[in-house]
Amino acid sequence: MEGDIAQMGKFIGAGLATIGLGGAGIGVGTIAGNFLAGALRNPSAAPGQMANLFVGIAFAEALGIFSFLIALLLMFAV
Amino acid sequence: MATEGEGSGFAIHPMDQFVIKPLFGGEHVHWYTISNVTLWMALAVLCIVLLLVVGTAKRSIIPSRVQSVAELVYGFIYNMVEEVTGHDGVKYFPYVMTLFLFILFSNLLGLLPMSFATTSHVAVTVVLALMVFVGVTVLGFMRKGVGFLGMFWVSSAPLALRPILALIEVISYFVRPVSHSIRLAGNILAGHAVIKVIAGFATLVVASPFVVGAVGAIYGLELLVAVVQAYVFTILTCVYLRDAVGDAHH
Repeated sequence: MEGDIAQMGKFIGAGLATIGLGGAGIGVGTIAGNFLAGALRNPSAAPGQMANLFVGIAFAEALGIFSFLIALLLMFAV
Repeated sequence: MATEGEGSGFAIHPMDQFVIKPLFGGEHVHWYTISNVTLWMALAVLCIVLLLVVGTAKRSIIPSRVQSVAELVYGFIYNMVEEVTGHDGVKYFPYVMTLFLFILFSNLLGLLPMSFATTSHVAVTVVLALMVFVGVTVLGFMRKGVGFLGMFWVSSAPLALRPILALIEVISYFVRPVSHSIRLAGNILAGHAVIKVIAGFATLVVASPFVVGAVGAIYGLELLVAVVQAYVFTILTCVYLRDAVGDAHH
């Protein structure tokens, strides 16, 4: 075994940071699922809301990307 | 990064593909060095010129295949700008179109084997996002004057809550360029790294048949991500632009 405690902490921290991806998954799933539920009830209104769908997904996803960023920073920058 | 790969068990380190190398010799990368980033950015611009200038040069009434693709993209982005920012935003359509095409072709060219994904670098996407951020802020103050600050003062909320909401709105306004750029770079970076990580498992003989299928599947997903991220970047640009030029309150 080589490396030190700081190295170990980096890897553990990077692994813990990936938990944030679960939150992004929940968010994106909620948005897409609700969109589909609404679109099946009123299919004629669905195409007009595609932009809102993608904007919503993008906002939810950004927070998951932040946790990915933390993982990258821990691995390569700290 | 390359040195870390030697101990990690991967035949190829998943991050090696993002190393910036000077094209014509030399060790260091200065701001004027012609590197692989420069090459692939220039190729993206070349592709846009081929699509829009050469593809539509004949301007036939019955469009050729390339011309109809160019017309489709033009119409798609034009409708998006008009729909999201309103009639006043159409003036800024050329900029949005430029952003969309540049990001789209950078993403797609980055998916070619042995190529370089320029949009995977935060340095590239931060410039794109900051231009939007600074542009929208300047435009907002030019068109609305001090009234532009009214977007931080949520008049539909109870009076006691408004200072807190204003603080949150200000913070979220300044986080915009961060999330705008990191979203694009992070998506492309993560996608390419995942492909390389899975491809790295091909050195295990037992796993190699699955690796072929998995890399193919993820490559298909990445094609989708490349287009969707270009779309998301431009539609968020339109949403931010609406704050500056539109009169709609949110």
